[in-house]
Order: sequence, then structure tokens, then C-alpha cells
Amino acid sequence: MTIDNLTKQTGEWLRGEGPYSDVVISSRIRLARNIAGFPFLSKASDSDRKQIFRLLSDCIGDLEFGQENLIVDIEDAQEIDRQLLVERHLISRQHAEGEGTRGVAVSAGEKRALMINEEDHLRIQTMRSGLQLIPLFEEINALDDSLESQVEYAFDKRLGFLTACPTNVGTGIRVSVMLHLPALKITNHIEQMFRAAKDLKLAVRGLYGEGTDAIGDFFQVSNQVTLGLSEEQIVDEFATKTIPQFVEYELAARNTLLKERVHLLDDKIWRAYGTLENARALSSDETLFLLSHLRMGVSMGRCQKIDTDQINRMFISVQPAHLQKLTGRRLGGEERSVARAEFLRQSLASRN
Amino acid sequence: MVCQRCNKAQATVHLTDIVPPEGEKRERHVCERCAAEEGLIVQKHEPIAAILDSFIKQASGSEKVVDVACPECGMTFREFRSHGLLGCPNDYDAFERPLTALIKRAQDGATHHVGKTPARLGAEPSIHVKIAKLKRQIHEAVEVEDYELAARYRDTLAELEQS
Repeated sequence: MTIDNLTKQTGEWLRGEGPYSDVVISSRIRLARNIAGFPFLSKASDSDRKQIFRLLSDCIGDLEFGQENLIVDIEDAQEIDRQLLVERHLISRQHAEGEGTRGVAVSAGEKRALMINEEDHLRIQTMRSGLQLIPLFEEINALDDSLESQVEYAFDKRLGFLTACPTNVGTGIRVSVMLHLPALKITNHIEQMFRAAKDLKLAVRGLYGEGTDAIGDFFQVSNQVTLGLSEEQIVDEFATKTIPQFVEYELAARNTLLKERVHLLDDKIWRAYGTLENARALSSDETLFLLSHLRMGVSMGRCQKIDTDQINRMFISVQPAHLQKLTGRRLGGEERSVARAEFLRQSLASRN
Repeated sequence: MVCQRCNKAQATVHLTDIVPPEGEKRERHVCERCAAEEGLIVQKHEPIAAILDSFIKQASGSEKVVDVACPECGMTFREFRSHGLLGCPNDYDAFERPLTALIKRAQDGATHHVGKTPARLGAEPSIHVKIAKLKRQIHEAVEVEDYELAARYRDTLAELEQS
């Protein structure tokens, strides 16, 4: 597999399937791990980084699914390929913009991504569409076991897995779920949701993770406490209590809209559809805003012209690096807006 | 990018307002402090630097605390405080006192791991750990010009690598 192959497919986590997929776009779990005997990356020499990279990429190559893996040397990768990996949520922005020997291994179907030499030596990540945290945890736990049989992790009996940042120490687990909450936004209840999240010690971020703002009604909710609870407790709480509750709020707000403001709702949905079908230039932010309303219309059964899977694919494809790969050339800001509008027009036209 | 409000601090909060119906976009880049002053940050996760600062202010004799250095990687607590990332696993020992308070605060009062334990815990260190350690010891011995010690480490390393 090559990076260019990625643009021709959609990650499994964007299929729009799975429990609660009308509100939950995707679930992710990541584990932060470091190799014993090496300093963390802030004090690692070039030779340490190289050794860690070699050691971990060998281990990953030996895993069962190793053959299908795409291993990318981020340091040597072209700028556009790094950006493409960020847009597909396979690496963090920090990893793309970092320095020194570092990389990522991506499994076929983009269900797993293992970042080497990001903030920690290893960040193992698994993702699926909809709310599927319990099977995800089983998968990542098994993956962690098979890696751990090959390398020795930095671990302390009292503090658990030792991480570069003490906010990840213990389990090193981050459970995160991407939610689409347009009705809470329209009915002005989104701040209550933020407050509830804060009370539950959860972080709320934008579509593209750490350091990004929430555009177009998409919110990534994740745990912040990693110590004093077992992995299972953290995952179960999320999967069976926290997220179903947020989903319920959103569905209640959608029902209120249907009952009390159906014309306003339909106006938003069809205005978005009309703009996407006809616009000749679209900024990425406006596109997110429009696709959000269209997605809401589709999952509420108000619009049957398109399906969630196709909308999810559009979210990924309208981003700058993807557009440049699709058109095969470098695009300036305005050219991108034109190419984006053209791509969206064609995608919608091919459905009719 | 510099904060558009105070023109001093680094802008870390990036706001994009989309004004319907045309979806006109307004972008603003401000620092965390200005954002907080304007009431723009809805959810505040306490950044690690703030937790650290408040801890340091609380602790008496803080000068001594911040100058503690880790014997393995050389990182001082002051250095950790400035960027929030530790230098090596041993820092958790070297900075145990200040870190315990910090971890307790960041981790909702928790001080002990109750989750997964690696299967190999307590087993012999793996070969790569021994090799990495020896390489570091050689480097350190050369730095203090103890070539005899460095040579001994080098022999051990050669044996390990052959096995």
C-alpha cells in the first residue's frame, strides 16, 4: 500500500455504520507507551530516536497484520503527504510538524495507526465508525500485548505506564468519540453539554483534535483522567453511560426541532443542499457548516438524496491536501475553493 | 502567531465564526489569557503549565524544588515546568515530591495505577534495554575520560550483540 492509495479509499471508521451512527461519527482509543532504557523524546539524541524507530518498526512488521501495513517515514515524507495523513486523522498535527526521525504505521482499512516518536515513543491507535468502544478496546489491548511481548515498556508498579507528560501516566489510555451535535447547537444547548463534559472531567475538542476549535457542530469528547481507574472502567463508563447520554441530549433536541420548528429545520437542510449543489467556490469552513446541516437532514430522514457514508467521505475529500491529490496539482487558496465546490457539485450530481 | 488582542503572547485559541446565511467567515487568533478575559473559552481544561505554576506557588522553598535535576537525563524541574514534558522515565523518581502533588491534581486525586500490568514485569530486562543502557554508560564514561571503564562496557556490549 502507498499513501496515494489512501486517497482512493475511505477508512473503515468513516463508513457511517455502527451503533448510534446518526450522532456518533467514530470511536477511537489510543495507548501511550515508551520503551524502557531510552529517555523520553525531549531528551532523546538523534541516535536514540533512530534506535527507537528501528526497534518499533521491526516489531510492527512482525505483527500478524504487518504485511498489509503502510509504514511512513514522516521525516522524509513530502509536505503534502504529511498533511494528507493529518487530514485522515492518522497522525497528529504535532507529528506532521515535528522534527527528527519519526513515523507512522497504518493498517489496511485504516483501522489502526501507530505513531512512532510523537510525544511518546509509541502511540497505538485504533478506530471504528459509530460507538464501538468495547470491541475497540479488545483489539487495542491484544495489539498492545503482542508488542509488549517484543519490547519492554517503561512501567512503574505505583504509577503504571510512564509517559512523557504526567497527564497520560497510568493507563496511558485516551478514549475519544467524535460527535455530531447540530441540533444542540441550533437549540442553544451546546454550552450545557460543554459544562456537563467538564463536570465529568472530559475534554472537548474540535474535529481535528488537540488545539483545534469546533467548527460545523463536530465535537471530539475524550477522557482526561488516566490514573486510578482501570482501562475497562474508563472504556465502560464512556461506552455505556457518558456517550449514550450525550446522544440522548442530541436526539431530544432533534425531536424538539421536528415538533416545534420543522420549517426552520428543513430550511437549514435544503439551503445547505442547494448551496452544495450549486456553489462555484466554497471555503473549507463554510463547507463543514453546510455538510453538517446536510448530514443532520440525512440522519433525520428529511433528505434522501444522499447517504451518510457519502457525506462522511466528502468531509475528508474537501480538505486541502486531498483536493490537491485529487486534482493532481498544487492549488492556491482561491483555486482550492473552486476545486472544492466543483468536487462537491460532481459528487452530488452523480447521485441524482 | 501573535495574539491579535494583546500582541504579546502566542495565539493558541483560533476562533472561526461562521455567520449565516452566507456563511461568511470571521477568523480571530488570540492567546489563552485574552480568550479567557473575553469569556471565549467555554470549556477550560487546565493546561499543565497552569497546574504547575499554581503548585510551585503553593510550595514553600520552591527554588530548591525547581532546581532538582534528574541524574539520568539531566532535566531540571524548572525545565519540565517550562514545556510540560519529562525527560526520561527516571524523572518520576527524581521529581517524586513535586510530581506526586501535580499528578494528584491532574488525575482527579488518583495517585496509584490500578490498570493493566505488562506480562513481562519482573522478568529479566530485555536485550535492547541492556544494549541501550550500555551505550549510554560508554558515552558517559568517555565524557569523564574514564576510558578504562568505557572499554569494559564496550566489551560487554560486544558480547551482548554477538549473543
